[in-house]
Amino acid sequence: MSAPAAAIIARQLTRRFGDFTAVRQVSFHVERGEIFGYLGANGAGKSTTIRMLCGLLQPTSGSATVSGLDVAADPEGVKRSLGYMSQKFSLYLDLLAEENLEFFGGAYGMMGRPLRRRVDAVLERVGMGAHRRAVTGDLPGGLRQRLALASALLHRPSILFLDEPTAGVDPAARRSFWQLIRELSGAGITVFVTTHYMDEAEYCHRVGLMVDGRLTALDTPAGLKRAHVPGALVKLRGPDMARALERCRALPGVLDAQPFGAAAHVRLDPAVVSAEALSAALVRAGLPALQVTPIQPTLEDVFLAVVEAESRQASA
Amino acid sequence: MPPFLTRLIALSHKEVIHVIRDRQVVYLALGMPLTMVLLFGFAVTFDVQDVNLGVVDHDSSPASRRFLAAMAASDTFTIRRRLDSAAEAEQLFRRGEIKGALIIPPGFERQLARGGRARIQLLMDGADGTTTRIALGYARGVSQQQLIELIRQQGGGASVALPLEPRVRTWFNPRMRSALFVVPGLVALILAMLSVLLSALTVAREWERGSMEQLFTTPVGRSSVVLGKLLPYVGLGLVQTLLVLTAGAWLFDVPLEGSFWLLMGATVLFLVCVLGQGLLISTITRSQQVATQAGAISSMLPSLLLSGFLFPVENMPTFLQWVSAVVPARYFISCLRGIMLQGRGAAQLWPDLLGLAVLGVAVIGICTAKFRRSLD
Repeated sequence: MSAPAAAIIARQLTRRFGDFTAVRQVSFHVERGEIFGYLGANGAGKSTTIRMLCGLLQPTSGSATVSGLDVAADPEGVKRSLGYMSQKFSLYLDLLAEENLEFFGGAYGMMGRPLRRRVDAVLERVGMGAHRRAVTGDLPGGLRQRLALASALLHRPSILFLDEPTAGVDPAARRSFWQLIRELSGAGITVFVTTHYMDEAEYCHRVGLMVDGRLTALDTPAGLKRAHVPGALVKLRGPDMARALERCRALPGVLDAQPFGAAAHVRLDPAVVSAEALSAALVRAGLPALQVTPIQPTLEDVFLAVVEAESRQASA
Repeated sequence: MPPFLTRLIALSHKEVIHVIRDRQVVYLALGMPLTMVLLFGFAVTFDVQDVNLGVVDHDSSPASRRFLAAMAASDTFTIRRRLDSAAEAEQLFRRGEIKGALIIPPGFERQLARGGRARIQLLMDGADGTTTRIALGYARGVSQQQLIELIRQQGGGASVALPLEPRVRTWFNPRMRSALFVVPGLVALILAMLSVLLSALTVAREWERGSMEQLFTTPVGRSSVVLGKLLPYVGLGLVQTLLVLTAGAWLFDVPLEGSFWLLMGATVLFLVCVLGQGLLISTITRSQQVATQAGAISSMLPSLLLSGFLFPVENMPTFLQWVSAVVPARYFISCLRGIMLQGRGAAQLWPDLLGLAVLGVAVIGICTAKFRRSLD
């Protein structure tokens, strides 16, 4: 046996559907035990990447190995090593929670007492022991996701692929679901998770950003912020944001100014201009007093900066 | 236990839960066979009874009255009206009051007495072809019998006989009851329709719900998916068969002359064919709506029209006979009638059993080959 390689390796992974290229030459490594976040808008190619890595779709070109096995050459071997939670809730709604787990356990070849013990264990693991006799269709969204996670854990996979696991789940349930993911990662399981919630991406060890089928950025959340949101970030709040933004962009030392909800985020070169100086300059320009607060950048800022850079590149 | 078997049991068990929990499927699977036995058993009948006749008796002799009495004595005809002329009969035909008119010309008795040719005229309403054809046959029989009788009496007791007298005895269905003919065919029709529909829906539902994708990430092979879907519905089909047979025996005295186990064996072969047909439709369409329509059309029409259920295969144009070779109901109906009515065994029915087996293996083979364990 060679030294254990990375849990997931993608090399120039590409998938086309007819004329449409869903995933374009994507390359990355995911280390063992890492929580790897895959971020992007709907249709950016996240699910297609996951399905290729799970052996459900053949790559058009490029290659990928999962647990050291090639996804194109040995999809069945790959499937055995991973647990998969698809974007659409896909357990059977008319079965009881435990019947779903017993079925998927049986599908993995377990039966009898070992199967029952394993079902007990995963139900306990995701904190659903009290709901085992509930009809799956009656469970609220958060518990359904936990059940789907329990089902993905049945055969003790070393890698979990979670495709938008928290879509449509309330914030409290999302938070506790991520707590579970961190615990699993702590136990040595590699987690590859897609999301379009930027706040969730902060929980990941590393984050890849997908834009239009390309992996445009990949780093730790802090690294991404340093690279793509350099300078100091301030938040502007007040009336007439459109004119304020226009004015900001004309000021020396302003690197970027973007609307952000009802407010705006402005990036400053701290060597040239400070938050106080910006505020004073805006007042001098005849704008009403704006609230200027220094803030920490979020991954949403990163995402906007990356998308902005991409579209600038595309139009150039 | 080998993993293949473990997976098969898990898949079948899950499918049984789906069926039991789905009230609609239970009602459909058990209610429809009973409804169809009642509908077809009572409504689809080739027995002709009480055909209304108008009678024009120009002779009004003892001989003509005797002849009319004999016609009225059969279950087939009821003498509804006595008329004065054939023209009057035409009006009654148009109003639908009578289906036939019997005209006895003047001199009927005289002709008979002279030993000459006595003629009677029977006018029938041809709009209802089946009834007319059957009634005509009955009328011929009655009149022939009566004329022999009359001639014998007129001839003063001398023995009179037709030179050739066929004595027909119908075996296996001596009273020519339609139920005996219909109920075995009905087993095939019901099983074909329900099995194709249910199996077509179940796979399409898994595609639509996304559970098929989840299943593909497990080591479950395509043959276990296909078999796991097949087995529970074979069980359900056998329950339906017993239901129809029991109802047929109880309501219409449909017999089971041959071996029960041979019948069950043929049923299993047939179920594999029709369930495989549904799985194939579902595998290709991946949509419940399309699968329902394709399933209903591809199961009902051939099983009804090309199977020999209503029309004998031998009477079809050659081209349709070829088409019927891939209609499993054709072989199964032949087995059902053979086993239930004629008491035939495997020694006589093997060509039909072989036909079912070949079709079953073929459709399951195609199904498994078409079933991709990926999303491409």
